[in-house]
Amino acid sequence: MDIFLDASLFATTLRMVTPILLAALGGAICARVGLFNVGLEGLVLIGAFSAIVGNHFTGNVFAAVMFAIVCSLVFSILFGFMSIQLKANVIVVGIALNFLALGLTTFSLRAIFDVKGAYYNKDMVGLPKWDIPVIKDIPWVGDVLSGHSPLVYLSIVLVIVLQLFLFKTVTGFRLLASGENPTAAKSLGIKVSRIQYGAVLMCGVLCGLAGAQLSLGNVTMFTEGMTSGRGFIALVATMLGQSNPLGVAASSLLFGFMDALSIRLQGFALPTHFTMMLPYIVTIAAMLFFKDKGYMQEARKSNESSR
Amino acid sequence: MLLQMESITKSYGSVIANNQVHFSLKRGEIHALVGENGAGKTTLMRILYGMESPTSGEILLNGKPVSFASPADAIKHKIGMVHQHFMLFPTFTIAENIVIGREPSKGVGFDRKAAAAETERLGKLYGMPIDPWKKVADCSMGMQQRVEILKVLYQGAEVIILDEPTGVLTPLEVKELLVAIKGLAAQGKSFILISHKLQEIMEVADRVTVLRDGKLTGTVEAKDTNAEHLSRLMVGRDLVHISRYQISRGKPVLEVSNVTIRGVKTKPLLSDVSLHVNEGEIVGIAGISGNGQSELIQAISGLMKPEAGTVKLLGENMTGASVGAIRSRGLAHIPEDRYQWGVAKDATVTENGLMGHAIKHQKYGVLNGKGIRQMVGEWVTRFGIKTGSLSTRAQYLSGGNLQKLIVARELAQKTPFIIAAEPTRGVDVGAMEIIHGELLKKREERGAILLVSSELTEILKLSDRILVMYEGKIVGELEAESATEEQISLLMAGGKAVG
Repeated sequence: MDIFLDASLFATTLRMVTPILLAALGGAICARVGLFNVGLEGLVLIGAFSAIVGNHFTGNVFAAVMFAIVCSLVFSILFGFMSIQLKANVIVVGIALNFLALGLTTFSLRAIFDVKGAYYNKDMVGLPKWDIPVIKDIPWVGDVLSGHSPLVYLSIVLVIVLQLFLFKTVTGFRLLASGENPTAAKSLGIKVSRIQYGAVLMCGVLCGLAGAQLSLGNVTMFTEGMTSGRGFIALVATMLGQSNPLGVAASSLLFGFMDALSIRLQGFALPTHFTMMLPYIVTIAAMLFFKDKGYMQEARKSNESSR
Repeated sequence: MLLQMESITKSYGSVIANNQVHFSLKRGEIHALVGENGAGKTTLMRILYGMESPTSGEILLNGKPVSFASPADAIKHKIGMVHQHFMLFPTFTIAENIVIGREPSKGVGFDRKAAAAETERLGKLYGMPIDPWKKVADCSMGMQQRVEILKVLYQGAEVIILDEPTGVLTPLEVKELLVAIKGLAAQGKSFILISHKLQEIMEVADRVTVLRDGKLTGTVEAKDTNAEHLSRLMVGRDLVHISRYQISRGKPVLEVSNVTIRGVKTKPLLSDVSLHVNEGEIVGIAGISGNGQSELIQAISGLMKPEAGTVKLLGENMTGASVGAIRSRGLAHIPEDRYQWGVAKDATVTENGLMGHAIKHQKYGVLNGKGIRQMVGEWVTRFGIKTGSLSTRAQYLSGGNLQKLIVARELAQKTPFIIAAEPTRGVDVGAMEIIHGELLKKREERGAILLVSSELTEILKLSDRILVMYEGKIVGELEAESATEEQISLLMAGGKAVG
């Protein structure tokens, strides 16, 4: 068991969890303003691809991450425009974005890099690994917590920032209000669509970061459809965490751990495809446990009886 | 004059909702606005509150012309509105609901403690005490109403529009509300009160303005008028006094024995309830809403399964049977909450009318559109349902007209038994007259009717027998002829029957 649950497993967990966590936080903000963003998968994929493109053309990791954010942002504006301005069904828009992202990245991969399936270049630099002073010298803890990309640490900071933003600030309070009862919020002079746009844009930024961590943090390459369902897992983490940043962090950690565990189990001669099922089995089990809890339910109930 | 609305006209395409309407309000006045459903009261108030802009006309505030582009504008000019359907955030606390939009803050932070202190102070000041930390979802309707009024006051409103404020309140809460309104008016706040309940209006209002078909029929001093005069102005004719004929009661149609539903709370929702309804009889269930009436209706109609006891319809045991089976055995149901159970808001009038009738209007699974439109069209004429067309979506009908549609649909089932739950909630006097008339006609056709209503006058007017429910039990049974309002009120409040 010692070899099995060693520090590197938890370090892997942290690395694996970051893209899911960042995307799930984005999803949570969207959910809080009443937009259920199914397009997380697509947004993350765009982020991952554009991070590589940015890296390829600028050779600068920071510029690459910024480029990823901008691209995801543009994509999320599309989502916002369709669902807020044109009032299209959010689920349909989200699914459309996912397929658009998949097609667009695959096509661009050929058009820009002239390769099929995956792009890898040994000259490309990934995200730097940060060693945290003091902590890195603590045995075990140092191995787990130290030596990750800046985005890993940023995601942890963001959880706390978002938690404070939503539940302690005036703007956060109005954001929650816009999601809970948009009609009432409008009647009070709160600019609901502006807040919704804000939330969608924040989600775009977070998904861009998630993508960058995926293609520049965990590995330094892009493969077609490399998100492989992480956006959807993030969506589940959003729901499971009741769209609370802390809750989302906890549920993301669960999924990240399962992800890391499945990689570890491959080393134990278990078939790859079997271990790859693990995160998803946990997802389904989790959905069964939490099927009828949560504030969304409560909000929906109260909306039904009024006009 | 604090506020004047001059020659307000509002038209939606060819429909004129307000036609040259004048309205004025003095400081410290309670001015009631009455009219049938669809007479244009709500439109007029939406214009005043900045939710609609008038096609023509002018609003003067303290003698100066103003125009409001949005509710926020109206609020800035100290005009506040309490909507018929509350505009609250159920998962937020009372304090949060009151301060929203004008939150006390520390830097970017929301100072919830200051909000709680301020709202508590405000509640005490205006004689409407509240618990600022309580969640609105856990509050009674009366408390939610109070939160709405305090919210408007917190926003600094001098003019407060109340749209059907008493529709969802219990009699006691209504009394409290009326006292509170009078108190606030004495402190210099002015009220515009939209209501159907003429007795309440006569109790609190200083002046009354009547609208009919979008036109002003008159503004009168409340002391110079009475409820009958007002209803004549509203409907444009004298109301027919409905008379009930004595008919003999037949064999039992519905028999409920010892039904119990425990639910999740410690107190049972229904405990050991037994009742029966005979042919040609209206049995009224009186009680403050939330005392088990909803559960009883759901147990009878098959929406909820009783944990013990039996429900028999026409002699056959239907306990726990499906809604479809019970309905086809002979039940029709006018549900208590029309938006939750009664209609699909996004479906058209025709589609809503078709619900439950589809099986009769099909051949090999294909619907007969013409026959359906004819059927629904007949109801629209007979009940005077005001709708743009048969393909108007249900959500655009006013509450009263929607209710008439539901009543027409359920009566058309021609079943031996019908549940009428709050059949006239939020409905104007004209429509109420029609609905009551139809229910009595049903009774004369030897139908059995279970009437559930929180309106005592309705219960006394229609019922042959009256049962009173309190905390999930039937606490009294009275013959309608000898029952008095006092007796029933006492039983409703949990007191023992006298005599």
